[in-house]
Amino acid sequence: MDLSLSDEQKQLQEQAERFVRDKYAFDARRKIAATERGWLPENWAQFAELGWLGMSFSEEDGGYGGGPIETMIVMEQFGKGLVLEPFLPTVVLGGGMIARSGSKAQKEALLAPMIEGKKQFALAWLERQSRYNLADVSLKATKEGAGWSLSGHKGVVYNAASADHIIVLARTAGSAREPKGLTLFIVDGKAKGLSRRDYPTQDALRASELTFDKVSVGADAVLGKVDEGFAVVEDGVDRAIVALCAEATGCMDAINAATLEYIKTRKQFGVPIGKFQVLQHRMVDCFTNAQEARSMTLMASLKIDDKDPVVRAKAASGAKVQIGKSGKFCGQSAVQMHGGMGVTDELSVSHYFKRLTMIDLMFGNQQHHLTRYSNLAMAA
Amino acid sequence: MDLALKPEHKAFADEVRDFARKNLSPATREKTFSGKHFDRDDHVVWQQALGRQGWLAYTWPKKYGGPGWGVTERFLFENVLAEEGAPRIIPFGVKMVGPVIYTFGNDEQKERFLPGIRSSEVSWCQGYSEPGAGSDLANLRTRAVREGDHYIVNGQKTWTSYAHWGDWIFCLVRTNTEAKAQEGISFLLIDMKTPGVTVRPIIMLDGAHAVNDVFLDNVKVPVANLIGKENEGWTCAKFLLANERLGIAEVPASKRGVGMLRAIATDSLRDDPSMAEKIADVDLQVQALEMSELRALSTMALGGAPGPEVSTLKVRGSEIQQRIAELAMEAVGEYAAPYQPGMLFHDTNETPVGPDHAPPAAPRYFNMRKTSIYGGSTEIQKNIVSKMVLGL
Repeated sequence: MDLSLSDEQKQLQEQAERFVRDKYAFDARRKIAATERGWLPENWAQFAELGWLGMSFSEEDGGYGGGPIETMIVMEQFGKGLVLEPFLPTVVLGGGMIARSGSKAQKEALLAPMIEGKKQFALAWLERQSRYNLADVSLKATKEGAGWSLSGHKGVVYNAASADHIIVLARTAGSAREPKGLTLFIVDGKAKGLSRRDYPTQDALRASELTFDKVSVGADAVLGKVDEGFAVVEDGVDRAIVALCAEATGCMDAINAATLEYIKTRKQFGVPIGKFQVLQHRMVDCFTNAQEARSMTLMASLKIDDKDPVVRAKAASGAKVQIGKSGKFCGQSAVQMHGGMGVTDELSVSHYFKRLTMIDLMFGNQQHHLTRYSNLAMAA
Repeated sequence: MDLALKPEHKAFADEVRDFARKNLSPATREKTFSGKHFDRDDHVVWQQALGRQGWLAYTWPKKYGGPGWGVTERFLFENVLAEEGAPRIIPFGVKMVGPVIYTFGNDEQKERFLPGIRSSEVSWCQGYSEPGAGSDLANLRTRAVREGDHYIVNGQKTWTSYAHWGDWIFCLVRTNTEAKAQEGISFLLIDMKTPGVTVRPIIMLDGAHAVNDVFLDNVKVPVANLIGKENEGWTCAKFLLANERLGIAEVPASKRGVGMLRAIATDSLRDDPSMAEKIADVDLQVQALEMSELRALSTMALGGAPGPEVSTLKVRGSEIQQRIAELAMEAVGEYAAPYQPGMLFHDTNETPVGPDHAPPAAPRYFNMRKTSIYGGSTEIQKNIVSKMVLGL
């Protein structure tokens, strides 16, 4: 067992820290959030140049041979800076799913340019009624000559407006909530019959509602096998969850650091408020929560490449439960200890709090993953 | 002892309900149930209607123009209005400064200020907190120096709710810098139109504008606007805070919240059966809080003042409001993510991205974090209880 970072991984960490320090000061972030895209192409180009877009892919796929630990390192720093560039939807979800399930042609056409920074992706899985159930899909794909025709609706699709290609989870067979009979399609972001309603999210990201009205795709648009998309999307989402957990640990570190600084400097009753035991203990609980979050994230990052899908699923759900719990505790505590300042838009604290809250809701909240973990553990 | 209502109380509740249905604008009511923010008119039009009925100052004794209701009437009044979707009565006039004026003010002040408060013709805001005086309120620095018939006031107040709508502000100011912190404070009424008063908005984490900084720069205030004696304002301040802590638990709104929660959670129950029990748990907390509040009110009805134990009501009341907001967001799930400020703050034709109840869910959860901070933070309330009630 060895839990230390390699020299290359340490360099990557320093590089990511430097990026956040240079490009993601709080006011700079506010400006980026207010741009039309909601992220900066020059930052994306820098990610490509630094090799971050390819770091977690194998050399055969044109990457640099890293894995989930590299993703964890970078995502954690992104969490510290509340970075807005669509790394999660494009690289972790889209790129990851194509790398694991894509054909040779798909990898050449999509993955290679993504690593160069020339293509972005989005994953459209959620529908109005589906809540956190990945199998609750009613968007229909029907055979149309050699290809397929897609009709239906997808919701809260992060990065859809910037995505060159949208990976769509569609029903090709089976009933509404059945895992069998789901197929993934890679659809051009500008396909005919695809319309978008774009909006910002609570945490300053961008997402869209998508309507598919007889969107035609070729047979080569299928990612993986027809009717067997569920396992692919479940695995892809589990990996995204682990990356998201890493982002959350970065958020927690940052929000805890800001709070610690505040209670050391804010004076009431003639002393820094950090002198009051009730706040000291709460701050200690924040620190402990962040430690637990980091531990579960690391464990999940180390298990997410396991051959056994149950091991992977339990690792992702276990970490997500912890992140939900710790994120809520650190977020709420930070706001409380900042007093009125904590609920203003002016300080970064509320922005970390909002991001941590949204992370809990993404891909299933604490309760959802507790149930999922429990079911998996009971079945073993 | 009896929990059941007498026939005359049932008739009273019907009268209140009837009044609300006739006088509350459908647009305002709709905002309550859709979680939109109220604008100034929503509040003022409704409060003036209550004022004309003689019900706005419903906690006041008859002597000062109130209806002189007992505990049961007040309880019914608040609950029926909440059920009917009425906006909460902005407390700064009728709940806060009004009672201070009729308790500590002179006859001339009562005549001058109480009618405008009762009718909601005049809007009030509260000048308590300062950048350096939050939890440690007695540390306030806003200075009032007497010059003949006037005080010259300099300083900054903050977290001032509705200062941008306010006609008048009641302020705690320091009139003696030599005395112990609490002893050099006075309670002063300031016309917001006086030269030197500037209001700067503070935008909250959900994008809402309700609170403000208020800057006081050489503001000339007549000595006639001093309530009580100079340097004895802390007595008024404490009296007001005890009243504030009682109403701030927002029990009727939380009861309505539990009902709304059950309605919106139906969709999520299929995937999360634990939601039903989480709602039941907060429902029971609301009942415990309501009964505790009623017990406190009936003690007051027998002539007692609200004691320091009301702090526990404020603590629990804020936790409950936060929990309800949290569960509402949880019930919505990922559709809580779209941010639609237009739907929260403006009258637009925008349609919700997700379910109808989704747009306010997350902003409300964020915003409700303030309830354990304002009106004396949870930490301060617990200090009060441990010291004043438990003698620790």
